Amino acid sequence: MIEARGLSKRFQDKKRGEIRAVDNVSFTCQPGKIYGLLGANGAGKTTTLRMLATILEPTDGTAIVCGHDIVEHPEKVRANVGFLSTATALYPRLTAQEMVEYFGRLNGLDEATLKKRIDDIFNRLDMNAFRDRRCDKLSTGMKQKTSIARTLVHNPPVMIFDEPTNGLDIMTARTITSFIRECRDLGKTVIFSTHIMSEVEKLCDIIGIIQNGKLLAEGALAQLRDKYAEHDLEEIFVKVVAPYYINAGAN
Amino acid sequence: MSLRNVGIVYRKELTEALRDRRTLISTIIVPLFLFPVLSVGFGALAVSLVGKAKEEIPKVMLRGGGDSPAIVEGLRKLGKIEIVPEAPGWKDQIINKEIRAAVEIPAGFQADVAEQKSDTVKIFNYEGEMKSEFASDKVEKYLKDYSDTVVKARLAAKNLPVDALKPFEFKRENVAPPEKVSGAAIGGLIGYTVILLCMTGAMYPAMDLTAGEKERGTMETILSSPISRMHLVLGKFFLVLTAALGTAALSVLSMGISFSVLSHYTGQTAGGRAAAAGLLLKLGPKTVLSVFLMTLPVAVLFSATLMTIALFAKTYKEAQSYLTPMTFVVIIPAIAAMLPGVELTPKLSLIPILNVSLLCKELVTGTYHWNLIAIIFSSTCVYAAAALFLAVKMFQRESVLFRS
Repeated sequence: MIEARGLSKRFQDKKRGEIRAVDNVSFTCQPGKIYGLLGANGAGKTTTLRMLATILEPTDGTAIVCGHDIVEHPEKVRANVGFLSTATALYPRLTAQEMVEYFGRLNGLDEATLKKRIDDIFNRLDMNAFRDRRCDKLSTGMKQKTSIARTLVHNPPVMIFDEPTNGLDIMTARTITSFIRECRDLGKTVIFSTHIMSEVEKLCDIIGIIQNGKLLAEGALAQLRDKYAEHDLEEIFVKVVAPYYINAGAN
Repeated sequence: MSLRNVGIVYRKELTEALRDRRTLISTIIVPLFLFPVLSVGFGALAVSLVGKAKEEIPKVMLRGGGDSPAIVEGLRKLGKIEIVPEAPGWKDQIINKEIRAAVEIPAGFQADVAEQKSDTVKIFNYEGEMKSEFASDKVEKYLKDYSDTVVKARLAAKNLPVDALKPFEFKRENVAPPEKVSGAAIGGLIGYTVILLCMTGAMYPAMDLTAGEKERGTMETILSSPISRMHLVLGKFFLVLTAALGTAALSVLSMGISFSVLSHYTGQTAGGRAAAAGLLLKLGPKTVLSVFLMTLPVAVLFSATLMTIALFAKTYKEAQSYLTPMTFVVIIPAIAAMLPGVELTPKLSLIPILNVSLLCKELVTGTYHWNLIAIIFSSTCVYAAAALFLAVKMFQRESVLFRS
């Protein structure tokens, strides 16, 4: 489970002064559910997810991930999390198997368990044909499968996906979305950020709409439809964020 | 601290480094082939060019001497030079290398010698031009021999012994053992080479493991794993250190082999180098160990400093532009240590790089100033520890890791 409590992140910018990238965000993600964080570019999605993955430290607030505080025990949190984004690239000079082995070892798996896990994952994702091929020689689809294998190797109960289909072709994107569904079906807690409405509609059990670092609306798709009297998610999104866009322009 | 995690990172970085062409070139290829090319290749070429220049019979123009047939005949019979007749524009001919030198015999020279009057025979040459210098040397040697013959004849005419002008002999004698003599000649070079290659060996892995990782997008991947940033930076640091020390060790090995090959082929012609080669091959385990131990904190200092600086860069190219000026920061004190007369003092023992360069010079000659060694080792360890601490701190700063 993920429980964000007043999560905030401020950056100092020489030209613009203090920037509130994430501002007092609180939400809960339950096991066996997909929480979709929907927002425009620069809304604060990536910063929020990076804080949950303990890559960034919150300025204020905290979050509890699998019972561990992200500020107090970041290493324990990371051991329970699989983090995947288009920015999490692979080491080009390692083979697909070496890449997954490396992360398995960093997650504390012993060699026997690691071998078994890798065999299972490589069979499941149909990766055996390229397991000894270097990552820089892999196709985009193969790279995504290797990234998935890397996040799964320690069987984490929490999965964090930061715009994982960004820039991918339809077939590769489908591999990712079906993997996200599979994680939910396995009872994992899944949080997923995107600005693609159709992905949210298809995948998410709970949707959080974020803009200017603030969580402006939250609920299941049906609840949001009722609340904003709109059927189309894009229309709902525009209704929610439009006042903040105007405010941002006025400022 | 988990050594297991540090080891995992180190092993992975080593695997990647051994598959990286740029790292292999800077760590293995450059030190292994730089010295053979520079010393054996260029050295042999230089020896061969000098040999050919010495064998050449240079054209020397004779000016005057019409009334002094003895000296003119002597010069003609010398055989080592070709006498050409006097012609206008002789200075330009020397400058344009048409002739190598000119010798001017004053009017009435032979008569003046007979009457024991002193005259000056002038040799004109192109200073710094090797073949012109060789031609002048040959003429000068002949004139000196001729002068000696005249002196001997004058002494004999007065029934004086030849030794009358030489009341006593004097000569220099070296008391230092051959290792120390050769060590003094090449000790500075060893320090300079080891330090410079230590740095160039560390440079590429330092950039690849920091800015390179940011550029390739793998920084976020590794930061999402449970490894602590301290273990991560230490694993990376040990790989950079391995590259630095590996490069330095290979460079010393390559230097030894190159000099010995050079001495084998050039023999007597490169006496100094042959002695140096002999020394390099005779460097005892104590000296090698001492140089290695003193290089260790310097390598730590370089590895940590280069990593810290390169971490600020967003791309490999940007890191290169930051680190290239660092080469000068290292070269200047390393060269300063090779300057004649610069010797180790307690004050200089505190200046990083310069202190180890100077110390290497002494260690190679077998001189051990233990108090200065202690100052140098401990001060360099303090600088190295500070640099490593800074590297760990920088790896914990979000503004550095995610600089945009």
